[in-house]
Amino acid sequence: MANKERAAVIGVGQTKYASNRGDVSLAGLVREAAYRALEMAGKTWAEIDAVVIGKAPDFFEGIMMPELYLAEALGCVGKPIMRVHTAGSVGGSTAIVASSLVHGGVHDTVLTLGFEKQSESNAMWALSLPSPFTTSINAGAGGYFSPIIRRYIEHTGAPDLIGCMVALKDRQHALRNPYAHYRDPELTFEKIVESPMLWDPIRFSETCPSSDGACAMVLTNEAGGDAHDGPVAWVHGTAMRTEANNYGGRNVVSPQASEDCAAAVYSQAGITNPRVEIDAVEMYVPFSWYEPMWLESLGFADEGEGWRMVEQGTTHIDGGDLPVNCSGGVLSSNPIGASGMIRFAEAALQVMGEAGDHQVDGARKAFGHAYGGGAQYFAMWIVGAAKP
Amino acid sequence: MVASMQRQEASIDDESEVEFMVPLIHGVKASIGLSQADIGFTCSGSSDFIAGQAFSFVMTIDGANPVPPISESHVEMDGAWALYEAWVKLQTGDIDTALVYSYSKSSGGSLRDVLATQMDPYYVAPLWPDAFAIEALAARQLIEGGMVSLVELAEIASRSREYAAANPNAVQTAQRSVAEIMAEAPVMDPLRPSDLPTSADGGCALILASGERAHELCERPAWIRGIDHRSDAHTLGVRDLTTSMSASLAAHKAGVGDDKVDFAELYAPFTTSQHLLTQALGLSGNTIINPSGGALCAHTMMASGLIRIGEAAQRISVGDGDRAVAHAGSGPNLQQNLVCVLEGD
Amino acid sequence: MGYQQDPSMPPAALASPITFPDSVAKVEHVQSVRTPVEIDYLATPGKSLSAYLRALKDKRILGDRCPETGQVFVPPRGVSPLSGRRTDEFIEVSDRGYVESFNITRLPIKTRPDLKPPYISAWVVPDGSSIGHITLVAGIEPEEMRIGLRVKAVWKPDDELEESAANILNWVPSGEPDVELGDLRIVGNPETAAT
Repeated sequence: MANKERAAVIGVGQTKYASNRGDVSLAGLVREAAYRALEMAGKTWAEIDAVVIGKAPDFFEGIMMPELYLAEALGCVGKPIMRVHTAGSVGGSTAIVASSLVHGGVHDTVLTLGFEKQSESNAMWALSLPSPFTTSINAGAGGYFSPIIRRYIEHTGAPDLIGCMVALKDRQHALRNPYAHYRDPELTFEKIVESPMLWDPIRFSETCPSSDGACAMVLTNEAGGDAHDGPVAWVHGTAMRTEANNYGGRNVVSPQASEDCAAAVYSQAGITNPRVEIDAVEMYVPFSWYEPMWLESLGFADEGEGWRMVEQGTTHIDGGDLPVNCSGGVLSSNPIGASGMIRFAEAALQVMGEAGDHQVDGARKAFGHAYGGGAQYFAMWIVGAAKP
Repeated sequence: MVASMQRQEASIDDESEVEFMVPLIHGVKASIGLSQADIGFTCSGSSDFIAGQAFSFVMTIDGANPVPPISESHVEMDGAWALYEAWVKLQTGDIDTALVYSYSKSSGGSLRDVLATQMDPYYVAPLWPDAFAIEALAARQLIEGGMVSLVELAEIASRSREYAAANPNAVQTAQRSVAEIMAEAPVMDPLRPSDLPTSADGGCALILASGERAHELCERPAWIRGIDHRSDAHTLGVRDLTTSMSASLAAHKAGVGDDKVDFAELYAPFTTSQHLLTQALGLSGNTIINPSGGALCAHTMMASGLIRIGEAAQRISVGDGDRAVAHAGSGPNLQQNLVCVLEGD
Repeated sequence: MGYQQDPSMPPAALASPITFPDSVAKVEHVQSVRTPVEIDYLATPGKSLSAYLRALKDKRILGDRCPETGQVFVPPRGVSPLSGRRTDEFIEVSDRGYVESFNITRLPIKTRPDLKPPYISAWVVPDGSSIGHITLVAGIEPEEMRIGLRVKAVWKPDDELEESAANILNWVPSGEPDVELGDLRIVGNPETAAT
């Protein structure tokens, strides 16, 4: 990043995630997150140069390009608004577009925000609008990803209950995060194992909830980061990669785009051994088995060994030396358009030392990760407590 | 800007979006001897609501040749904003080439109704105000405020069709005199048929390159000297529909007024929008406006803004002028406006 | 307590309560409004899908071929992601194939009320295709279902055939020996291209 302007996160704001935030309108929802980010950054609307908004398909809320309607709520009158949409990775991609605006010297200070209000529509419906040319048998994202997970399990010989261990771990982490949607102190391993199979081999308790919520960040340039009176997370690397979702010879368990994206972001951040150099990971795990799969794909574990890290508790905040999804992850809160940004923002909070009860002690470098489509869209960043 | 390709037709019935985009996406690269491996960043713009399908852009990504994987992004906006994102990436210095494309096939749905879902979901959208009705509000204010006359609007429409006759990508090329337009019965009073956009299916693909790379790829690149975009308020009641604060601000930031402008390609789906934008951008009588015939003669939603930029760049590259302005807009009454200043060497 | 730790406290800027004029002070708040959105779309299949649907009426399965790599895609998409080029050559593939992987859905889905859980959806690679596609597999107990199973298509009766993907009711075990697959992370059959 020789000639590039440096970028820093100086504010993070989130809403309480819930299945129905009926207490607020869409505008009220995004303002809650935006104001929290502004307050942490010590900024006013007037100090924001541009706003970059991300969310998943417009059909989720039934509003075409809802950022137009949100212009006033997000202080955008007279300012640039961009709207990113890259499937499930969108929250991450949106943050990367915002950081590019700073890296490129186009703007000094940018607000970025991802949101979804799933209660205002029906995601299952939006994802299966009838097409006269195909037959609908797929039953949503779980039906799509279950055959891939089955392939991973058969390939590695991982024990059947690894996915349940991830599910329990993330829900235990969520108990430490007051913003998380799904927080059940009574949840036990047995309850997860006994929960109904939905998309065999995926159990109900191994899937993500549907949430309302928004997440926002304030990013600024090097001068802004230096001048900021408060914690700062410096952006050490960002990358996006996309591949086709079906061709002969495709690695569906560890897609090439995932491996390439990770290699690019490590290279920018000067990381050669992520297992040692990364202190906390926020990765996009909408179905529990994706944790061991991504651990391998992202180079935290050798091929076929990711599940052992889960089994050994390596990814648990209590005692693990590579804590994953200390916020509770997508398994505990899933406002789709924001889910990727939450990963990026939680990574920032870790290196800022602001993650509260789910803080990893002394975290210096953290990894934020999002993916989408048929595991074909990837967005990743690495943030650090020190300047790159 | 080193290469561009477009296709617009009244309706493309026999091809899917990806089928009609591949010749453009592949073709624009091939036209300057590039393959996807030479492209540093790819960005596209499209809309699920127009396609009638969630994640519709995923159906088109194969056209960008994403094996091996590519660095790629997508905006749910007109392709002009995909170009902006690519331009931002170029500013970071990480890449020196970018591919941008956008498209839509709006003939499958009623665009006027689809666009009503852009309005405030609580107060306005439930009333289903269609896109023509929303523009007619502005038209009436402009006319009754004495800021433009029906004759001047007819002149804009008539001239657009004249220009369109020379543009193989224009859809509406039937010539119409000012007198004939003045005799038309309004469809959405005061807007007459000739004041309205001509809907088209199609798309556009173009390639950006920075510095020396641009000269390697194109004898006379169209250089982006300034680019900026701004938004107005959404709530119609708080906007002055007879001006465009956001377009003026974007034009100022992009440096439109710093020198003479030989020609301008403005995203003006209505005659009223062309009048309003000409004023808002501060363009003088010496500037040729919409020499392509503009969106009045071929309006491909989601691509029309990008097509304006492609048209302007093309004209610069062939030496039709030295300095041009290209504009894109989005939202009801052009709530969002992007302005780009292009120059030859 | 840091910046992030109390979601029940509104941001300071939103903390002051909204005051209403007396005239509406006692009016019950509207908690939600229902605003149905209905838009009709005319969907057009395009060239390749159109050819595929027409062939299905004759109980034939079509794929299309990548002009550079020769890979065959079923259903045809009109474009090859491997070359970014149009695939204008159609190839007829077999109505027999093998299962790459599968899902057992154990909950009902709204769009197919006729499907009673548990039912099996699988990625089936027809012989001659380079890729699998998602389809229904029947005629086997979920417990018996496995990767590598050979299957064949079950067509609707001839007099009910139309231009529709529903012409194939499902795929059932063909009785042939299972296929041995290599690296289970990899899907599809790039070698098909050579044949």
